[in-house]
Amino acid sequence: MTSQTPESGTVAHGTAADGAAHRLSPAAIATLERLAPRYANREALLLPALWLVQDAYGWISEAAMQHVAEVVGVSPVRVLSVVTFYHMYHEHPPGRYNVQVCHNLSCSLLGAEDLLERLQARFGVGVNTPTPDGRFMIQRVECLGACEHAPVCQVNEDFVFDLTPAKLEAHLDQLP
Amino acid sequence: MSEPILSRNFGVPGSHRLATSIERGGWRTFRKALAMPPEQVVDEVKKSGLRGRGGAGFPTGMKWGFLPKTDKLIYLCVNADESEPGTFKDRYILDLDPHLLIEGIVITCWAIKSSDCFVYIRGEYEASRRILQAAIDEAYAAGCLGPNVDGKGWRLDVTVHKGAGAYICGEETGLLESLEGKRGYPRIKPPFPAVVGLFGCPTIVNNVETIASVPWILEHGGEAYAAIGVGKSTGTKLWCASGHVAKPGLHELPLGAPFSELLQRCGGMRDAARPLKAVIPGGSSVPVLTAAEAMAVNLDYESLAAAGTMLGSAGLIVIEAGTDMVRVLAVLTRFYADESCGQCTPCREGTSWVNDILWRLVEGTASPRDLDLVQGLCDNMLGKTICVLADAMVLPVRSFLKKFQPEFEAAMARSRANVAAATHA
Repeated sequence: MTSQTPESGTVAHGTAADGAAHRLSPAAIATLERLAPRYANREALLLPALWLVQDAYGWISEAAMQHVAEVVGVSPVRVLSVVTFYHMYHEHPPGRYNVQVCHNLSCSLLGAEDLLERLQARFGVGVNTPTPDGRFMIQRVECLGACEHAPVCQVNEDFVFDLTPAKLEAHLDQLP
Repeated sequence: MSEPILSRNFGVPGSHRLATSIERGGWRTFRKALAMPPEQVVDEVKKSGLRGRGGAGFPTGMKWGFLPKTDKLIYLCVNADESEPGTFKDRYILDLDPHLLIEGIVITCWAIKSSDCFVYIRGEYEASRRILQAAIDEAYAAGCLGPNVDGKGWRLDVTVHKGAGAYICGEETGLLESLEGKRGYPRIKPPFPAVVGLFGCPTIVNNVETIASVPWILEHGGEAYAAIGVGKSTGTKLWCASGHVAKPGLHELPLGAPFSELLQRCGGMRDAARPLKAVIPGGSSVPVLTAAEAMAVNLDYESLAAAGTMLGSAGLIVIEAGTDMVRVLAVLTRFYADESCGQCTPCREGTSWVNDILWRLVEGTASPRDLDLVQGLCDNMLGKTICVLADAMVLPVRSFLKKFQPEFEAAMARSRANVAAATHA
């Protein structure tokens, strides 16, 4: 049961229209079926299945939710209720780089709000809105569990520690 | 201090690998435990006085003792959903000594007669998940996990289950719901998970740090562990220091060490011109301490309770003089408003109302009765919900209003002045 997660930054996110064709790949289905014996019922495969979709496409389209519902044997509305409950599942295509800035206490004490303002000024968009080129999206997130390096953010799955405005700008500038 | 128990390998290169773990004395104690009857392992942990390190501080051995005699499967769920603001200790164990955790899992599963363990890890810890999964794969390959653990004819499977961003899934029954593929709505208790847990089966939910403490206890004996610390606060603890200290970071100290010692280890305050103002000692869900209270307190369960707060998850957020406590509380409560699961009305509504009012105070647009309204909302939340998320906001709110009252009154006066200015404009 090794990781099926691609390295961050390699996912092709596409557009909302592409979502109609989103399905779990045969390899993803095989991964799920290998996991299945560990759980007492198939319903419990829902979170892993949704991760496999998001790892492949960057977000979870309505068509993908209907497909996952069939695979794990629950109603589509159950899948929707789970997708909307968890902050990390995207119902819409995010940016290629999701810049998730912690705005909780330790980060806020050390300048997180300033970082968020500068990011929004740089990209000319508010939070949760991809830039017009689809490259970046800024998100406010709650405590990321790295308060000793506050202020912190995650760009996709990767932490960036001990941020200053200059350090964050430099980090974003060097992304491929 | 006594020798470190949890952090002894943290500075060692390659500490996350099986070979390094074995070289450094890891994966030795589980054989000793597996040669003992399970009940005797439980007894050692009871003797150790180990208490749950996730936040509640419930005695671990006693929790294990609540499992009924049963023909059903028994599950161990390791809570790696570390999400309490100010807390980052489990991340260090997962990243730097995952084999300590896995050996603890083997010993614990033997003790509670479980063959099925899930590690529920928060989705944001993807890098840690990969490290943990690689360590689990190594343990399988070495025969420390799998169908025939160490040739004993005993099966043990460990499955890592990745969360997807929800603080409430760190609550043990919210965690179980999430593992079952649902929204992480906490369950009404009783029944407690030890009786009806995952998939309706008896289940023990323990924090990462708790399980990682188990190998040392079995190696050295429960009494040796109980000799560390003070009174009913036995053993060592990982403390997470963040905020306005010179060197934020993780420190392992025996329970009962003075807060002043921890502050010293963090290099004191970051700016000599701004002395200590306040400390939130146990993650954001506990009452705040003033500087004077913090400098007088020892870091153990009883001393912190006597000071009117809690040890919680040991996430210490240190705040310097000059910090606007109204804004601090607005930021703090925003978290609970964001993370309330929405199941119980007092919490769903109350967390948002309190947060909205605090931002109005920050922005100078509060209504004259808003502070009274906060108190009333708190009264209608505390103890009136399925889980303790609402309480976890009420306790810090009340403590801030009480201990930093002049700042809240000044904020209210600014709001009044703004209204008056607008009326006469």
